[in-house]
Amino acid sequence: MFIAVCLAILVTMSLALARALMGPTVYDRIAAANVFGTKTVLLIAVFAFLSGRMDLLDIALVYALINFISMVAVLRFVKYGEFHSSPDDDKVK
Amino acid sequence: MDLYINIILLALMAITALAILRMTNIFAIVMLFGIFSFLSAVLFVVMDAVDVAFTEAAVGAGISTVLMIATMALIKNQEEKRPLGHRPWLPLLVVFITGAALVYGTLDIPAFGDPNAPAQKHVAPYYLEKSISDTGVPNVVTSVLASYRGFDTLGEVVVVFTAGIAVLILIGGRLTRPTKRRDK
Repeated sequence: MFIAVCLAILVTMSLALARALMGPTVYDRIAAANVFGTKTVLLIAVFAFLSGRMDLLDIALVYALINFISMVAVLRFVKYGEFHSSPDDDKVK
Repeated sequence: MDLYINIILLALMAITALAILRMTNIFAIVMLFGIFSFLSAVLFVVMDAVDVAFTEAAVGAGISTVLMIATMALIKNQEEKRPLGHRPWLPLLVVFITGAALVYGTLDIPAFGDPNAPAQKHVAPYYLEKSISDTGVPNVVTSVLASYRGFDTLGEVVVVFTAGIAVLILIGGRLTRPTKRRDK
């Protein structure tokens, strides 16, 4: 059961990797990286049940947080071109 | 089962690394760096090196993606053109010889996971036997990092914290000054 789920997640990871490699637009790559991070969280959670090491679930939670933060940073960059975008900055420029 | 997961993860890592080498789009490379870092973090988790996986995900997938994107925002995607008349054969030869020397160097070291290796003989048996009764931490690697070598880890944290503050003082102070913006 868990093995099948594990394999399915690994297949999804390779599909996301393929999209990140080919992805014609920026958003394809961002979505692929985000999906990859989510699948990492899932894989660690499933692996925790598969191997009976429940302390791995905490790591899956931390990975979800890290993935979220880096995605917010990437999307801010794509939208504004820089991080510290405020109306003052635009005026000075 | 661990073996097959390891094989698939390592294959994905190799594909990612080769793609990073071949690509020229910086943004895609940064995204692939994040994916690569997640892959190695999963590999560390499968190998039960939880702390290393924590660090790899936090530094590799989190902080360094943000830092690379910030650098891209500063340099505004200026890609250097490949210099003409560049011959790759001499560097390739040097790399091959260096790699062959490194592989030759690994012939002497004990096999992966060899229980009789000197690294496993020194203090590792003591940690494996006594870590539960000494510290009560279920993971041996964590007990070594946080308890047996706790002062060492504390020193590292102090060093990294000091470096972060120093970088913030140097860079963060200058960016807020409006005079730097004018000469763009």
